[in-house]
Amino acid sequence: MNAEASSLGRYMVRRLLQAVPLVFGILVITFTLIHLAPGDPLIFLAGEGGSASFYAEMRARYGLDQPLIAQLGHYFVATLHGDFGYSFVYQQPVFRVILGRLPATLLLMGAAIAFSSAIGLLMGLITALRPRSPLDHGITVFTLTTYAMPVFWLGQLLVLLFAVRLNLLPVQGMVTAREDYTGIDHVLDVARHLALPALTLALPQLALTAGLTRTSLREALAEDFVTVARAKGLSERIVLWRHALRNALLPIVTVTGGHISVVLTGAALTETIFAWPGIGRLLLDAALKRDYPLLMAIFMLVSATVIIVNLITDLVYTMLDPRVRFA
Amino acid sequence: MARQVTGAQMVATPVIPITFPAHRRGRDRFWHRFRTQPAALFGCGVLAALLFIALFAGILAPGDPFATSRQVFQTPSRAHPFGTDDLGRDLYRSVMHGARASLAVGIITTVIATAIGVLVGACAGYFGGIVDDLLMRLTELFQVIPRFFLVLIAVTLFKGGVGLIILLLGLTFWPGTARLLRGQILSLRNREHVVAARAIGLRESAILVRHVLPMALPPVITLAALTVGGAILVEAGLSFLGLGDHNVVSWGALLNDAQQFVRRAWWLSAFPGLAITVTVLGLNLLADALNEAWNSRLSRR
Repeated sequence: MNAEASSLGRYMVRRLLQAVPLVFGILVITFTLIHLAPGDPLIFLAGEGGSASFYAEMRARYGLDQPLIAQLGHYFVATLHGDFGYSFVYQQPVFRVILGRLPATLLLMGAAIAFSSAIGLLMGLITALRPRSPLDHGITVFTLTTYAMPVFWLGQLLVLLFAVRLNLLPVQGMVTAREDYTGIDHVLDVARHLALPALTLALPQLALTAGLTRTSLREALAEDFVTVARAKGLSERIVLWRHALRNALLPIVTVTGGHISVVLTGAALTETIFAWPGIGRLLLDAALKRDYPLLMAIFMLVSATVIIVNLITDLVYTMLDPRVRFA
Repeated sequence: MARQVTGAQMVATPVIPITFPAHRRGRDRFWHRFRTQPAALFGCGVLAALLFIALFAGILAPGDPFATSRQVFQTPSRAHPFGTDDLGRDLYRSVMHGARASLAVGIITTVIATAIGVLVGACAGYFGGIVDDLLMRLTELFQVIPRFFLVLIAVTLFKGGVGLIILLLGLTFWPGTARLLRGQILSLRNREHVVAARAIGLRESAILVRHVLPMALPPVITLAALTVGGAILVEAGLSFLGLGDHNVVSWGALLNDAQQFVRRAWWLSAFPGLAITVTVLGLNLLADALNEAWNSRLSRR
């Protein structure tokens, strides 16, 4: 057990070391891309119509007179120190701008993932135990359709149904603008605003979780160790919960961890539809207003999230699935 | 090959089992298995209809899709089957013409991505050693880069049109194919007929092209069908954000226009969205059917 723990530790260290060149590679690609783009960032910093000497001074101050490779080095060192630059548009450190928007995105993604995992698992469980039932076929159709639907169209359809036809839920923003709720009223207000965006983001994930849970649970129930457990005389309930379901948890890890970039993309699009004040909208605004430092920082944040979540997914896999061994 | 069992790889690589075609009888059985699936029928039907619409949009819905009229916000009727928008443009015409952009994006992206993926995967699997290591690191890099965000940034900064979007999607959709093909080559390398070919003195490159690649391709084709749908979805997402090509009618851009009128004119979002969904659904089902047909042939053996 001890040897296994230390080899798991070594495995994680190696995976972490492998992630470093990935982050660096993404940094280089993005940095180069942004600096190859037409348009002088100086115009955004110093405005148009300045004198030549003023531009030269500004260029020197921001290190823009140095070769690209030196600028990249500076950016990299600054990033390591937690300095992500200064937002042109917001006139604030990029770090602070992002920090202000992060909670909204985390709330949206957290709610969506929690909902899709819980309901998806339940639906997968029910259908695995009742193959070829109408519910089983229904879930197959549901999975295939939601997976083919663009998330932003799904959002529009939900708006049509819940907000326009039924007039049940708000569709814009995170809080009711004219009211100044506090305490529990505030929480309820945010929850009401959260419902539709979270549902939009959750539905494709939910469909995928249900489908994968069903498949893997059915496979698990046919496997030798389940037969053995049954032969030992364990009750069907214990077999299901303790042995089969443990394997069925893998789909949730797969859907959440393996599709994290899908979820992030979906979150960005969902935020746009529902005017949800998160990172996705911030990125779009930054791109449209050419706020390069902000753009670069958000992109690195998203990339880092993908890499870290992949690492965690790996770790959870090795812990959940006894067949997976690290090498 | 211990690396193959780690979680990220199980997650990242599409699970498309290795298959071995080649014999004439096997191929017949494959077509039989493929044709008899409803999913295949639906998928091929959608693809055929899409090609037909894209080719003959000018005849099916004559006129300039950008042409405005005074008949604004008309509900679907005989004159305007899909209704009209805020500028009186005929939505039926827009959706028909939009098929061109979506199909072009999907197919050209897939051609570029598959070409790069096959090249990288074949080189990695064929040369092995340091080449394999370097190429796989590169593949990993492109696999973790958030594709949608990268293309979003590039398209905004370079103010590119649909050509740039296609190029960037092609440059980011290849890692899946590369990994798949590399795995295939590694597993096929020591198969009997390859060893036999080596024994009679065929050059390694000839063996790769003539005896390994043809057998490794079926799952690559399956993945290509998924890539077409994936690329169509990404382009639609960009256009929905208003970052697409403004000189081209596209389904995503139509949904972007529809967004502000969701309450007033349901048809503006209903028809373009339905077009995207049916297209992507058809391609996904086609991939499923291909996969199923290759696998069942394998298991029957």
